[in-house]
Formats: sequence, structure tokens, C-alpha cells
Amino acid sequence: MRFFIFLGKHSLSLFSTIGRISIFTITAITRCFVPPFYPRLIARQIVEIGFYSLPVVGLTAIFTGMVLALQSYTGFARFNAEGAIANVVVLSITRELAPVLAGLMVAGRIGAAMAAEIGTMRVTEQIDALSTLSTNPFNYLVVPRIISGTIALPFLVIVADVIGVMGGYLVSVHKLGFNPTLYLQKTWEFIQPIDIISGLVKASVFGFIISLLGCYHGYHSEGGAQGVGRATTNAVVGASILILAANYMITEIFFSNIQ
Amino acid sequence: MTQKKNKISIKNVKKTFGSKIVLNGLNLDLFSGESLVVIGGSGTGKSVLLKNILGLLEPDSGSIKIDGSEIVGINSKEKEKTLSKIGMLFQNAALFDSLSVWENVAFPLIQGKKASKEMAKIAAFEKLKAVGLSEEVAELYPVEISGGMKKRVGLARAIVTEPEVLFFDEPTTGLDPIMGDIINDLIVSCVKTLGATALSITHDMASAFKIADRIAMLYQGKIIWVGETKDIRNTGNDYVEQFINGRANGPIKMEFRQI
Ligand SMILES: Nc1ncnc2c1ncn2[C@@H]1O[C@H](COP(=O)(O)OP(=O)(O)OP(=O)(O)O)[C@@H](O)[C@H]1O
Ligand SMILES: [Mg+2]
Repeated sequence: MRFFIFLGKHSLSLFSTIGRISIFTITAITRCFVPPFYPRLIARQIVEIGFYSLPVVGLTAIFTGMVLALQSYTGFARFNAEGAIANVVVLSITRELAPVLAGLMVAGRIGAAMAAEIGTMRVTEQIDALSTLSTNPFNYLVVPRIISGTIALPFLVIVADVIGVMGGYLVSVHKLGFNPTLYLQKTWEFIQPIDIISGLVKASVFGFIISLLGCYHGYHSEGGAQGVGRATTNAVVGASILILAANYMITEIFFSNIQ
Repeated sequence: MTQKKNKISIKNVKKTFGSKIVLNGLNLDLFSGESLVVIGGSGTGKSVLLKNILGLLEPDSGSIKIDGSEIVGINSKEKEKTLSKIGMLFQNAALFDSLSVWENVAFPLIQGKKASKEMAKIAAFEKLKAVGLSEEVAELYPVEISGGMKKRVGLARAIVTEPEVLFFDEPTTGLDPIMGDIINDLIVSCVKTLGATALSITHDMASAFKIADRIAMLYQGKIIWVGETKDIRNTGNDYVEQFINGRANGPIKMEFRQI
């Protein structure tokens, strides 16, 4: 009996959370098209998300590209190794690893920061103050973050694509002793626009997810410093899981009828 | 006061949080141009009352009219318009900590009234001077100033748009008696010079005597007494007497263990 009560309580709270996130999402999206707009806040967030995440994402990408080349070399037949490795590196990076890893890194960096900042504003009544000063908190806080998250992540991923492929190239050429021109040529040969586009679409969706959850958890945080801490954790964990789930679904949409 | 025109009228407002009844059919009228102070113990729902009027919380039932127009249950667009008549000093000032002191004060002008940055800055400095803060303080950030200064900045921010109605949530709590008195004087002079209607909340009787034309006492979700300030010493109401004399023994029992 106790078990069913437990089960019931938790599924109820799960559904009410899903409901609240949906309402929040709809409100946020509607508010994107209702003035006032804050281009300056959007620009500042884009710099924060896009520019200041570059080192983290760049380092992640370069090591990932390097390890990909190394791993596939040990795994593949020596036959046509340049082609196989270039293929593995460029496809895995552009389709999967750059968007997913950049997404997870940015979730840790930006999602957490958004939840903490907005959460602190919530518990110190700054959000209430915004409303009393004729400023809609959604327009002022949530919309700029969601727009910039959605815009900035694809740019980050383009950079991650280039750096990741470069990491693979460095290992292939300098460690495995491949012919540089041949390797680059193979890379170009294998890459299709759809690979890059799907990666960028993923990045956009991930950016949306990260900023949405960061804002949502911050906006609904309660109970002082502890509540803000919980909001931060929930924002990062929630975004990470949703990113991985969304990644599967987008991959399914893009590539299910190709292979 | 010759003609008593209602600025705000609150009828039968109920507000509960879960099973906890905070406001239980509260009635209160605020006349144009007067300064009304609501007194009551900690946790009796004074801040909740203000937040209901400000539309930050939605009453479960009842009616709240500002200048005759209902604000309970109307859409947010209309609500925003009505509420832009109100300036609010929050209990903990609720300054935006990402903005400097003068930017905080200029915020309602820039965001709400679409003033230019230069104009807003001049007005902000003027108001800061009015509350006794120097130009050096104006460039600091909220974390760098003391609690008393924060209250003054909050006050400057609340009055900078010269609203018709001003709310003060415990303006003197947490300040030393001298600073408390300075704030009281500032409130009195602000209300006088603006000709505004003021609703303040406090449990500091010295402050109440200083700023109030009328005093209302909130107890168990209802206004149990309201009248002219000069009459409060001899109300014949045991609750009021216990409260204004600050006695531990009397009809009011502090609910220590009530969740
Ligand atoms: N958002 C909320 N969710 C749940 N309960 C709340 C919320 N806001 C206030 N309460 C409850 O309502 C009651 C009244 O709170 P309120 O802040 O209005 O007290 P107050 O009279 O302003 O006290 P103080 O003088 O200490 O500021 C408290 O018991 C509090 O627990
Ligand atoms: Mg309070």
C-alpha cells in the first residue's frame, strides 16, 4: 500500500512538473514575439554563451578529434586507413560529438549560471521587483537567454567541428604518419552538407533546451540559497538528459531513411 | 481629508498556501492621498497582502480595485497598466545586483517610461540626492553598500517615476534607530512632495506613529482594527493594545509551531 502511495505521489509530481515546463515553454515562445525586445541583452548573452564558452568547447573538441583518430587507427584494418579514419573522424564529429559534447559542456557552464542567476533573483524578490517596475520578467530575463542560446550554440558547434577535425588531422599526420594532403582530401570527400546541417540543427535545439531549463528552474526556485542550489543541479541534469534524448530523436529524423 | 475617495479598495480577499490560510476575507480601504500603515506580527501575511495588490500573487477569491478598476482575474496586459501607478519598496530592497546603484534607480525610467539613458541618469542622480546618497555611491553595486543605503536606493527607485501610490514593506526593519528615523522622514517627505497615497507595512511602532495618518492591524487573516493614528492608544481592543505595547502576555498567542 505504502508503495502505491509513493508511486502515485511521484507520478503526480512528475506530471505536474511536465505540465509546468510545458506552460513555461509556451509562455516563453509566445513572449519571443511580443515587444518589448531587448537586443542588447541578447547580444550580451550571445557573447557570454558563444564567446566565453569557446575555450571549454575548443578543448573538448580537439581532444575528442585526437582520440577518435587514435582509436579508429587501432581498430581499423591498415587497408585504406587514411580514408577510413578521416571518414570516422569527420562524420562522428560533425554529426554527433561536436553538438552533443558542446551541448553538455554548455549545459554545465551556461545552464547552471542561468539557473543560479535567475534563481537568486527569484529568492531575493528581484523578479517581483521587475514586475512592479513595468518590466515583464519573461521578456527581460527569459526571452533573451532562450534566443541567444538557440543562436549561439550552432556557432560554437561550427568552431567545434573545425577544431575536432583538426585534432584528428594532427594525430593522423604527426603521430600515425599519414599523408596530410591525402587526409584532408579524404575528409572533404566524405563530408556531406547534411552531416553539418544535422549537427547545427541539433546544436540549436540543445541551446534551446539548455537555456529553457536554466531559466525554468531558476524562475521556479524557492527556499533561499538551498533552493537556488537545487535549481542549478536540476537545470544541468535535466538539460543533459534531454539533450541526449533529443539527440537520438533528431538523428532518427535526419538519418533513418538514408541508411 | 474632506472628500474620502477610495484609491484602493480590498473586499473579502482570501489567500491560502496549501492548507495554510494567510488572508481570510480581508477588507481594507485606502483613501486618496492618505498614508495608511498596516501593523501585525511576523508571518501574519502583511507582505502577502501587498503582493496580492501588486498582482504578484493571485487571491483565491475576493476583489481588489485600484481607482475603481478591478485587478483580480484580469489579463496581465491590463494589470500591468493599472499596476504601473504603484511604486514599491521591498522588504529587502530587491535591488538588481547586476546593475549599479544609479542604473537601479534609472531602471523604471528607461524600461517603463522609455526615457533616454542620459535623461534617466540625471533623474536618478537627483533622486539619489533626495534620499541623501552621494555621487560616489551612485557608481557602486548593491553588494558594496550597507542595508540602510540599500533601503534608500530602493526608496529612490520606487519614487523615481513619481507614482500615485507607494508601498513600503517594512522600511525600517533591520536598521539602527537613527537610520530608521531618517528613512521615516524620507518617506513622509516623499509622500508629501509627490502627493501620493501610501500603504506601509511595519511592526515598528515608532515608525508607524511617524508615517501614518491611519493605522490598520492585521491578525489571523483579517483587519481587526482600523482608525486614526491618534486613536490607537485607546482602542479598547486587547489585541491592538498588546501589540502596540509589545507585551508577551495577552490574547495574541505567537504560533511557534505551526506549519
Ligand atoms: N510563496 C509562498 N508560498 C508559501 N507560503 C508563503 C509564501 N509567501 C508567504 N507564505 C506564508 O504566508 C505567511 C505570511 O507571510 P508574509 O511574508 O506575508 O509575512 P509578514 O507578515 O510579511 O511577516 P514579516 O513581518 O516577518 O515580514 C507566512 O507564514 C509564510 O509562510
Ligand atoms: Mg514581510
